[in-house]
Formats: sequence, structure tokens, C-alpha cells
Amino acid sequence: MNFLGSFLSPQTIATAAFFLVVAMTLGGALIAVAARNIFHNVLGLVLALVGVAGLFLYLNSPFVALMEILIYVGAICIAICFAVMLSEPLYLPRPPRNVMKIIGAMVGAGMVFLFLALLTKKTHWVPAAERSTDWSITTLGHYLLTHYSLIFEVISLLLLVAMLGAMVLARGGRGNT
Amino acid sequence: MLVFNQLETYLYLALLLFAIGLYGVLARRSLIAILISVELILNAASINFMAFNRFLAPHPAVGQVITLFIMAVAAAEAAIALSIIVAVYRKLKSINIEHATELRG
Repeated sequence: MNFLGSFLSPQTIATAAFFLVVAMTLGGALIAVAARNIFHNVLGLVLALVGVAGLFLYLNSPFVALMEILIYVGAICIAICFAVMLSEPLYLPRPPRNVMKIIGAMVGAGMVFLFLALLTKKTHWVPAAERSTDWSITTLGHYLLTHYSLIFEVISLLLLVAMLGAMVLARGGRGNT
Repeated sequence: MLVFNQLETYLYLALLLFAIGLYGVLARRSLIAILISVELILNAASINFMAFNRFLAPHPAVGQVITLFIMAVAAAEAAIALSIIVAVYRKLKSINIEHATELRG
């Protein structure tokens, strides 16, 4: 009974859920890059993004986690699905894998991974001397409309321009109406 | 010390996600697969911002704001990239990057 009690303690459950989220993230990412069917890639991306949203929950930001699901899973992945439907049909034969290219990509990504892992291991991270503990969405909104209002406006402009540009490009380009 | 309360856990996790995305960008030939890999890389950057925000930053709202900006820019980037992919497919009847060689000198 004591053993069961320690097994079901909040810390154990939280750690198990954390590992589940990590497995979702990394497994989804592997499916997203390794599967041959492009539709499986998109579904792997969805799995990885839901996992990342879980990580954001562990990092104390439920708002950003919800935005992650809303924007990435809800908008970007659906848009990618539409692009899959509008481009190459899936029944066409795909060209065979190029083994040299895959090995080269693995070596390149592995070298970057090793370098950055060594850098992370060597660095001594120092927390800021004075830390606020205010995580609320209200503070986030105040920051967006005071300190970061210029960036906020520029991002809105960027989204508008991107929307117009996407429409112009997808309609057939300049002078070809 | 719990594993999910350490900065290093999140840094290594983001690093793995970044390496997987980088492998996808280098190895895949379909434009849509490359776009998916770029999304993975952007998410690795977001995790890094959120982890530093949670463990090191003086004010915890800053990292969340930056992560929201990354998401907005990623949405704009995805919209533009997907319309370019559709335009490339209409022109070349293929989205394999090895066929898109029209600019070759």
C-alpha cells in the first residue's frame, strides 16, 4: 500500500505525463521527417505540435499552449493539408531515396546537434537576480499594448501583407489574370 | 529535483527537435516536407524562449510575448510558402526541388 501510495504521488504522475509529452513531441517529429507519405508527415507534425503545447503547459503558460494548438494545429496544419491536396497526387510513383543524401543530412544534423549539446553542457546558466512571479494573461496583454505595441502593429501589417501576397501568388502571378 | 523543473531538460529537448528539423530540411526533396521541417525548427526556437523565460528571465511575460510573435511570423511564412508551392506546382507539374532548376545559369 505504501509502495502504491508513493507510485501514485503527484510528482510521479507529473513526471510520467511529462515523459508522455516528450515522447509525443519527439515521435511526432520523427514521423514528420521520416515517413514517405506526405500526409503521414503532416499528421506527425500535428502530433509533435500537440506535444510542444504540453511542454508549454509544463512551462507555466496555458495561454501560449492554447495559442499553439489554435494557430499551429488549427491553422497551419490545415493549410498544409490543402497544399497537399492542391499539389502532386499521392498515387504517383515517388523517386527512390538517395542514400548518400540521407547519410550526408544525418551527419550534418548530427554535427550541429553535438556542437550545440556541448555548448549547452559547458554553459553555466545564471538566473536573473530579481524575478517577478506574475504569469497572468492580463500582464501579457498589458505588455503587448505598452512595451511591445510597435512590434504588435508591425506583426499585424506583416500578416496583412502575407495574406495579400499569398492570394496574388496563388492566383497565377503577375500579368497572368 | 524533478526532471521537468530543470532548464537543461528543455534545452536538450529543443536541441533534439532542431536537429530533427535540420535533418528534414537537408534530406527531403518535397517542398511541403521541407516546410514541415522548418515548422519543427521554429518550434524548437519557441521552446528555448519559453524555457529561458521560465527559469532565467527577470519578467515572465517577455518570453511569452516573443513566442506569440514567433507564431504569428510562422503563420505568415506558412501562408506565403504554401502559395509559392501551389504556384510552383502549376508551373512545373512537380514539387520536387530537384526539378525546380529554371534559375540555373
